Amino acid sequence: MTKLNIQAIRRDFPTLHQEIYGFPLAYLDNAATSQKPVQVIDAVADFYREDNANVHRGVHQLSQRATDSYEGARAKVCRFLNADSDEEIVFVRGATEAINLVAHSFVRPMLKAGDEVLISHIEHHANIVPWQMLCDQVGAKLVVIPMTESGELDLSGFDDLLTSKTKIMAVGQVSNALGTVNPVKMMTEKAHAKGIPVLIDGAQAVPHMPADVKDLDCDFYVFSGHKMFAPTGIGALYGKQALLDEMAPWQGGGDMILSVSFEKTQYNALPYKFEAGTPNISGAIGLGAAIDYMQSIGIEAIASYEHELLSYATERVNKLDGIRVIGTAEHKASVLSFVIEGVHPHDVGTIFDQQGVAIRAGHHCAQPVMQFFGIPATARASFAFYNTMEEVDALVDSISKVQELFA
Amino acid sequence: MSSADLRDLYQQVIMDHNKKPRNFIDMADANHLAHGNNPLCGDALVVYVKLDGDVIQDLSFQGSGCAISMASASLMTEALKGKTLAEAEVIYQQVHDQLTGESEVDAADLGKLEVLGGVKEFPARVKCATLSWHTMHSALENGTDTEVTTE
Repeated sequence: MTKLNIQAIRRDFPTLHQEIYGFPLAYLDNAATSQKPVQVIDAVADFYREDNANVHRGVHQLSQRATDSYEGARAKVCRFLNADSDEEIVFVRGATEAINLVAHSFVRPMLKAGDEVLISHIEHHANIVPWQMLCDQVGAKLVVIPMTESGELDLSGFDDLLTSKTKIMAVGQVSNALGTVNPVKMMTEKAHAKGIPVLIDGAQAVPHMPADVKDLDCDFYVFSGHKMFAPTGIGALYGKQALLDEMAPWQGGGDMILSVSFEKTQYNALPYKFEAGTPNISGAIGLGAAIDYMQSIGIEAIASYEHELLSYATERVNKLDGIRVIGTAEHKASVLSFVIEGVHPHDVGTIFDQQGVAIRAGHHCAQPVMQFFGIPATARASFAFYNTMEEVDALVDSISKVQELFA
Repeated sequence: MSSADLRDLYQQVIMDHNKKPRNFIDMADANHLAHGNNPLCGDALVVYVKLDGDVIQDLSFQGSGCAISMASASLMTEALKGKTLAEAEVIYQQVHDQLTGESEVDAADLGKLEVLGGVKEFPARVKCATLSWHTMHSALENGTDTEVTTE
């Protein structure tokens, strides 16, 4: 295992080098969004400086370059996910849009009253609400895999939740609120044994661990670029080609057609039939650059270093009095969610900010998780590979500061 | 610098009202009430009003939230109890102006409510302080059970 040169890595991230209220910034809000390396910033800027044109149109040189870069980014996503072909990669705005696309184009046409959609208790709202809307429309039932006190999925009754009525199982690989790593491969295997297709929400997984759709054997995999060092507004949907082929487009417009007359429109081939309108070209290019960047460091090395960071942070916080860590699963990635006795997380967030420590205070778009633990919100520190042990120390110092102030 | 700022926000009065909120009861004979929600940070409260003619005879609240939202609600109940609707409206406006910095407010007019002024320097927290006030306003205007959100 190669040791990461954290100082060299940090030099690639301009935002990290600033003071907040006189303290060095400790950016520990990576589960909300990650910072961007110069390699990504430059890729986006260079596109606009040198190659800007629309894709899949125009015979001119710039359009050709733009198309090559955009499709080159798709090929990078394909390799990143270990997918079979570029045709299985659809560019979208992010994980949320990808889930809505699958809900609308894949599940809705086959969903009838009385059918079931299976999700889990620890999903992000993005993997709850689209399914809920769909179920409401047709009178189907949203079935929820329960969770345990430690924040793991309670799979004791899992087999019984997979029924002949289940039309899809949609689960997150890593919980954004708690950091729990779910056993999605095993769950997928069991769902497939009963003929149930599976969508995996990888938004919180891709920055921290290898994402291999062949190994997982999932039918759909979704993620957002901005949580993995790419720009906002770009993400990808992976779908098995046979399934994508059968699905109708969900938005109509330019670029998704072969021919249009007022009588009939012929749709374009995969993946273009799902990419109506001018896409986020620079975003896709930035995503490609982010993938290159992560791979140059090594995703295994990233996972291993972040594990050290999280272990150290958990160990230090556990030694403090008056702190409750929310989410104590055996397998976790990146996230340390906690509450300080007698202090609302929103106050915690403000006081941390005054010490230069940026965390998230809130329900993390996972209100059912908060309801389960009987709390309105948590304070959440979430790490990326550019964070340091010293920043963990700053986090712990800030907790003491809160406790002093509220003593 | 930073500690001083924090002390401006978390003044003794605020911490005291957060720990021991005044008029923190479910008022059985309230004739006006409204629910206030700040969904992003999870603050949720109910404001109860007993209006006698145009006098706020009694005012209370219940709920949970950050120190700023709890203290602001508690201070509000103390400040408005016994006031007429017209007087309450003036105070509401003064607090609003003070929190948003829209216009200068004479500190002397605000009395104890002046401690809420520290919130102005923390833009992300202004909605915490205004939640109970908006909710009270809605309770007075609409009478029955209404829902207020500061998002």
